[in-house]
Amino acid sequence: MLTFLTIFLGCLAIYLLLVAGSGPGATFLTQLFSYEELIAAVLLALLTAVVTRVVIGKAVNDNMLKNPLRLGMFVFYTFTVWLYYLAKANLDVAYRVITGRIRPGIVRIKPGLKTELGRTILANSITLTPGTLTVDLDDKKDELVIHWINVGEYKDEKEKLNGVCGPFADWARRIAE
Amino acid sequence: MDVIIIVLLVLIGLSTFFSLLGVFGLMRFPDVYTRLHATTKCTTFGSLFMVIAVMVYGVVRYLEVESYNQGSFIVLTVHAFLAFVAILLTNPSGAHAIARAARRTGIEPEQAVIDEFEEVK
Repeated sequence: MLTFLTIFLGCLAIYLLLVAGSGPGATFLTQLFSYEELIAAVLLALLTAVVTRVVIGKAVNDNMLKNPLRLGMFVFYTFTVWLYYLAKANLDVAYRVITGRIRPGIVRIKPGLKTELGRTILANSITLTPGTLTVDLDDKKDELVIHWINVGEYKDEKEKLNGVCGPFADWARRIAE
Repeated sequence: MDVIIIVLLVLIGLSTFFSLLGVFGLMRFPDVYTRLHATTKCTTFGSLFMVIAVMVYGVVRYLEVESYNQGSFIVLTVHAFLAFVAILLTNPSGAHAIARAARRTGIEPEQAVIDEFEEVK
């Protein structure tokens, strides 16, 4: 039931975003949606939820879909921590493009995440942040293979993990597990 | 309106600058992995500024124009934002796919100071 509701609301939100601005009126509120699109949105979202409920319910056994707080945290994470690191990454790579100072290497890290969703979030976050690119994912040993454009100094595994992904591992754990 | 045009020009200029850096990186860096760094990161920032420019334009024109098809500017703004979300989701996955394929075909990283890939087996 919760899966059903989540899919329904998600589809509804996406459809309404795509048709925003279709209304005929003169003020902002009436301009947003026309009645036809509203009805179509509800019908299509219902249909999608009914058809895909079983499949998605089986595929996603994570807690994330079932807990709205985690979804909120995901949005918060995207627009604060992650955006900050994205800006930093871009300036960093811009600096390296101009000066040509690189020290590339491939390292392995062990983030200790259990769910697939957590690993996906971490891998994608790493790719878009300072000088790191996920090359491979070892599901059995729970390790990520990372190409690092400027290999830093580290003494043990923990420092290496910190140098590669900063606070991302903790955030991925908080969101997805 | 003049201020808005200057703001838009600055945003588009920043966007072009970062995209250009991506191109320079593609030419300067030694191998496929470092080149991927340049192209994924710089193009993300480039498209971010372009999307912000489009959204600013959409909002300003929406507030400025009063006519029956005002709604088309809402469409412009929202769709630009959705395009950026799509880029954010697909860009790292695409880069990862290329890097993984390159590594599995046996392309060694050039100038590498450390290579721990082989511990897989």
